[in-house]
Amino acid sequence: MTTTTPEKTPLTLKSLSHKKDLLTGGHRMCSGCGAPTIVRQMLLAIDEPVVIANATGCLEVSTCLFPYTAWKVPWMHSAFENAAATASGIETMYRALRKKGKIKKDMKFIAIGGDGGTYDIGFQALSGAMERGHQLLYVCYDNGAYMNTGIQRSSATPFGADTTTQPVGSLVKGKSQRRKDLTRIMAAHNVAYAAQASPHNWKDLMTKTRKALATNGPAYMGIVSPCNRGWRSQTNDSILLSRLAVETCYWPLYEVQDGKWTINYDPKDKKKPITDWLKPQGRFKHLFAPGNEAMLEKIQKIVDDDWASLKKLQEMSKS
Amino acid sequence: MKLKNWKELPHAGTILEAGNANEYTTGSWRSLKPRWIEENCIQCLFCWIYCPDSAVMTKDEKMTGFDYDHCKGCGVCAMECPGKKGNKAIVMEEEGK
Amino acid sequence: MGVTTTKIVAVTGNQAVAEALRQLNPDVMPAYPITPSTGIMESFTSFVSNGKVDTEMILVESEHSAMSAGIGASAAGGRVATATSAQGLALMWEMLHIASGYRLPILMALVNRALSAPLNIHGDHSDGMGSRDTGWIQLYSENAQEAYDNTIMAYRIAEHKDVRLPIMVCQDGFITSHSIESMQYIPDGDVKKFVGEYLAIDPLLDIDNPKSIGALVLTDYYMEHKRAQHEAMLNVKKVVQDVSAEFAKLFGRKYELFESYRLEDAEVVLVALNSAAGTIKDEVDRYREKGVKAGLLKPRMFRPFPYEEVGAALRNAKAVCVMDRADSFGGYGPMFMEIASALYPHKGPFLFNKIYGLGGRDLMPLDVDKVIDETIEVAKTGKVKMVKEYITVRN
Repeated sequence: MTTTTPEKTPLTLKSLSHKKDLLTGGHRMCSGCGAPTIVRQMLLAIDEPVVIANATGCLEVSTCLFPYTAWKVPWMHSAFENAAATASGIETMYRALRKKGKIKKDMKFIAIGGDGGTYDIGFQALSGAMERGHQLLYVCYDNGAYMNTGIQRSSATPFGADTTTQPVGSLVKGKSQRRKDLTRIMAAHNVAYAAQASPHNWKDLMTKTRKALATNGPAYMGIVSPCNRGWRSQTNDSILLSRLAVETCYWPLYEVQDGKWTINYDPKDKKKPITDWLKPQGRFKHLFAPGNEAMLEKIQKIVDDDWASLKKLQEMSKS
Repeated sequence: MKLKNWKELPHAGTILEAGNANEYTTGSWRSLKPRWIEENCIQCLFCWIYCPDSAVMTKDEKMTGFDYDHCKGCGVCAMECPGKKGNKAIVMEEEGK
Repeated sequence: MGVTTTKIVAVTGNQAVAEALRQLNPDVMPAYPITPSTGIMESFTSFVSNGKVDTEMILVESEHSAMSAGIGASAAGGRVATATSAQGLALMWEMLHIASGYRLPILMALVNRALSAPLNIHGDHSDGMGSRDTGWIQLYSENAQEAYDNTIMAYRIAEHKDVRLPIMVCQDGFITSHSIESMQYIPDGDVKKFVGEYLAIDPLLDIDNPKSIGALVLTDYYMEHKRAQHEAMLNVKKVVQDVSAEFAKLFGRKYELFESYRLEDAEVVLVALNSAAGTIKDEVDRYREKGVKAGLLKPRMFRPFPYEEVGAALRNAKAVCVMDRADSFGGYGPMFMEIASALYPHKGPFLFNKIYGLGGRDLMPLDVDKVIDETIEVAKTGKVKMVKEYITVRN
């Protein structure tokens, strides 16, 4: 479908710094939020024109509040649960008009949603879009709760986390279920490309963004997005916490393509205990109170079991 | 921005001026302000790539300072700055000092 | 220009609308099957599979996604159509408001079906009435011919620069959608000429002019946005009349805001939408032969509701019975409330309301006769024993 492929900007910060940010300053995201950093990195990585469909959520309301928009690319929001469906419509119209010769330019389509609009209310639309095979990249910036409405639990919320809908009290100690593993669910949809990324490793995130967009077929990227409000952390530690998420193997960096699972970063014997990631976050404070040791153990076990099964998947897919 | 009346609205409320949020200043959100210590700067550009608000300015592949109209004072830049020999090139100071 | 004549065909309402969609050849059609509108989708996808249209289908996983994808596609910059009924319409209810708020001229073929509960797949107007506040233009069709003609006119109305609103063309589920009637199509070339090319306004895919659609709008601006939308809806009436007049000139069939059947000197009037109007017309004729000045007003454009014109048409009647094929629980029938509003400025007829035909229950000629008899009684005595009453229910 592409005619000429122009030289892509090398993925070095110096080269990328020549590019203009396609998400401007002046948006209303919280001080220190991980999401706009993720969006900036993605848009810097992309050299082709891109059209974005954004689900209702922190990113959407804060970047486009009438009469202002921080987006310098074509951008659309319609509702909460349907970024994938809205994007499906946009992408299909593109193909229809392209076929008729009414549009001549190449462009890429990205749907962006938070974990709320992706794991829960947006799950159906996402599944449908991925199954239909649209030429679409779906990016989930995962901060582990419905943050925009005030920190309510989502299926992406980690076990034990304090949220306003499963608050820590005398009877209930935060979220009682482990989190859903959406990236694996996407891999099970046999999407063309599925990956997890983190904004601390901008190069990996950008490489994956490019790879996802270059792949023929639907792609999914789950990106850990620290939220200092909901995580009860500091405004300056979003990159630190995203790094720790990876180093503790809570949020492994990996990709799945053509049935092959590849772990991009294995900390090996430098793997940090999950408590390193939990301690800076006030939403896990109660776990360190005496009597809750079993919960901490459970969290470490979930992380270890997931990590072990991920390594098995990598192993099995090698053959 | 002066408030428009209903007849002056863009069709369907579509915002046609892409990126006009740049006109909206968020610098007043700060309570801490980043200060650049140039002699400690190795020009790694980490501050630039991690800033949530596009508030680190660059020119000719070098960091040149902060856009204080938009910087919210989160301190991510200072936190991630590797600095030189243990000395940070960015420190956060109280606004108004 | 002479009126185009074509051969008479025998088709169902669904087939007729599918044929209209084939001729309209929308760019994208996101759709999800639901009885009794499924036939439209199936006929249409058969056109797609045989290369008879250029339409890109999106076989979405739910009706909510159908409207969401429709909104994305329309905003992207092309013609969009879809079809649904009852539960499907209800599922996309949130998105209906968004389609109109974004001023997207999306066409929907709504095959009217009863809303659950209880679950029922047959024809009544609860789905159309349930969405009357969504900002969509609503046209109701008595039979396959009207459903076809309204669909042909739909884009011309919806896409008009003074309008730019989504439009639903309604027909009764099963009664019209699945019954074979005789009707005439318009030749492909004439349809194409009449409908014309799509003119996108601020399309998203015009990437040289990037824009943001769907901002959060707070208390300072929301109301101005809605006022602008209201203005568009105010412009619809004239556009419907103009387009219908042009249609009549070219193709010979006349459509107005509503049909006045023997209404001019009528003392005893029934008001009804869609297929029941056909039954009522027969009974009106029978009563006329008996010397009763009976008549029927059959609204075609329900949204926007033509209050002035309807009020003027009914003001001289002695008694009017509004037949609603939907109810608003806790209120009067939806159409009754519109008719009452239309008649309010006039010292006009005595007005009452029958709820009939819910869940596809037939309205038989004898049922109509009972209503006409009651209307005659009300005209004579001026007494309405019950404003809203359910008829044809086993008590």
